[in-house]
Amino acid sequence: MMRFILPFVVFIVLTVFLFVGLKLDPREVPSPLVGKPAPAFVLPQLHVPGKQFSPADMKGKVWLFNVWASWCVACEEEHPVLMELARQNIVPIYGMDYKDKRDAALAVLERRGNPYLMNVSDTDGRVGIDYGVYGVPETYVIDKQGVIQYKQIGPVTAENLRKKILPLVAELEKK
Amino acid sequence: MRAIILLFSFLPLLTFAGEARDLAKDPVVEKRMVGLAENLRCLVCQNESLASSHAELAEDLRREVRELIQKGMSDQEIKDYLVARYGDFVLYEPPMKGSTLVLWLGPFGLLLVGLGALLFQLRNRRKVMRETILSPEAQQRAIALLNDEKR
Repeated sequence: MMRFILPFVVFIVLTVFLFVGLKLDPREVPSPLVGKPAPAFVLPQLHVPGKQFSPADMKGKVWLFNVWASWCVACEEEHPVLMELARQNIVPIYGMDYKDKRDAALAVLERRGNPYLMNVSDTDGRVGIDYGVYGVPETYVIDKQGVIQYKQIGPVTAENLRKKILPLVAELEKK
Repeated sequence: MRAIILLFSFLPLLTFAGEARDLAKDPVVEKRMVGLAENLRCLVCQNESLASSHAELAEDLRREVRELIQKGMSDQEIKDYLVARYGDFVLYEPPMKGSTLVLWLGPFGLLLVGLGALLFQLRNRRKVMRETILSPEAQQRAIALLNDEKR
């Protein structure tokens, strides 16, 4: 009897492992940046290149930092969600236009609408490297002390906004 | 006067190679960069190394690694720099720590289980063999069969 039970149990265990493995997304790489201060930078603003922006300017506020680009297809998918969030005026959204041409980025904002309070241009992608960006869009929730509390890789959806990001923002606001 | 002019006319010969050299063309830096990048994962195309990937991010990261080498950072410092941004995932060889213990020791654990099972089986078999004592008739038959085989 043992001869049949043992292989069967091994088979079941393997199946469970493989089944769980099917549902894991290998693209979701846990970011080591969560819980760490947002890397400092000074970048020119997209609309007014003469002016600069630094995350230090945001001390004392909970904010979203969204990395996007005009060439990024998934950003288009995410865009209406950000527009709706901006309309509700719950949390300020700042954007970083990543490895992009200024004209193209401005044209996209003109056409689709602009959910951002402000955008910076990371033309050569160096700040992106500091933020561990590897697939736009990526979104960071940064708290009042300037610490990254959450990183969303890939488009923000209405669902993870409701389940994850907004509750986190509300909690961080109270601190 | 002539001598002075002559002297000045030779002055340009003293100026040489003032231009900054392209980092990508420095063979020493390039060799170290490639050596490092072969053991780093490209995050966009996850089964390719940073050295072989043509993804734009991989190009940027190679540029970054070149610059870090130029700054005089050691290989370990460069790896730490990338891990701080992208996590252990950029390393093809994950570090030994709490969360990776199963990964490192799991195969040895499985080997031990296998060896245990084998030992258990062998011991059981010996017991079975020892316990089977043939009756005299069976023994006769066995001998006859064996002799038959010999012929």
